[in-house]
Amino acid sequence: MLLPFFEWCEATTLGVVIRESLWLFPVIEALHLLALATIGGAVLIVDLRLLGFGLRSQPIIKVAQEARPWLLGSLSAILLTGVMLFVSEALKCYYNPAFWFKMGSLALAILFTSTVHRTAVLSEDTESRPVQARLVAVVSVLLWTGVGVGGRAIGFY
Amino acid sequence: MSFLQWLEQTSVSIGIRESIWTYPIVESTHVLGLCLFLGLVIVLDLRLIGAIFRGVRVSQVQGRLFPWQMAGLAIMVVTGGLLFWADPVRFYQNVFFWAKISFLMLAGVNMLAFHFTIYKTVDVWDFDTVTPVRARLAGWFSIVFWAGVVVSGRMITYNWFD
Repeated sequence: MLLPFFEWCEATTLGVVIRESLWLFPVIEALHLLALATIGGAVLIVDLRLLGFGLRSQPIIKVAQEARPWLLGSLSAILLTGVMLFVSEALKCYYNPAFWFKMGSLALAILFTSTVHRTAVLSEDTESRPVQARLVAVVSVLLWTGVGVGGRAIGFY
Repeated sequence: MSFLQWLEQTSVSIGIRESIWTYPIVESTHVLGLCLFLGLVIVLDLRLIGAIFRGVRVSQVQGRLFPWQMAGLAIMVVTGGLLFWADPVRFYQNVFFWAKISFLMLAGVNMLAFHFTIYKTVDVWDFDTVTPVRARLAGWFSIVFWAGVVVSGRMITYNWFD
């Protein structure tokens, strides 16, 4: 059903230019990886705090607010570079199970981070509910780990 | 080089190189370790350059994140060592591998220089939003050198100059 869309992506000028260049794909891939490290820091600093580690003498809400611009910035960078990588090999992705696993994990991670996780880190009550806080952090780390592992696995198929 | 050729023939090297699962698992762990290690190093670097946690003491950010950074570093070193062990001769001949090692050494020297010079006086500037210029420089150098490690590390896959 989505195949025509993937074919269209593959045929875009951007896709063709990146695919035909020797060095564009590797360079964009490296930038994608740098954004990944940044997003790792922005997610972990908050989730470690929810687990009771890291900057635990700071309020959860403060840690989350400090991390937020870096989370959004690195997410934008990773989506932008990710789309560029994708259009250059959209058909390969279509037939790649790791790609679908990654997109599923990514959708869940973004959904969870912008709803349950966001509510938890912005609520004053979370400080007095360590079990819920830990649960939210564990789910968050697992979802983002799924994105990272799925992404790396695209190259193995 | 003869040592590397011997290393390549060890059973561990052959085992990782030829297995279906070990190599991808080790490599994925290397990438996840990157998020833990470099992600939290970047948080400290950003504090040093005054871009995050401005109201939090530098020594607190450093102290609370240090064990996690070291855990991440241990994962990186172990998985990175295994990846090297799996294919030592290829790495030895790859220009990006040597670029990565060079950036690693620069990052290491920068880290040690920071800890043994300006960080010794952290009590004086612990609360400062704008840290001393040498601390800010250490933060910027760290970001640049580690980015160099990541970019050249990723490029090892491409053997353009072999």
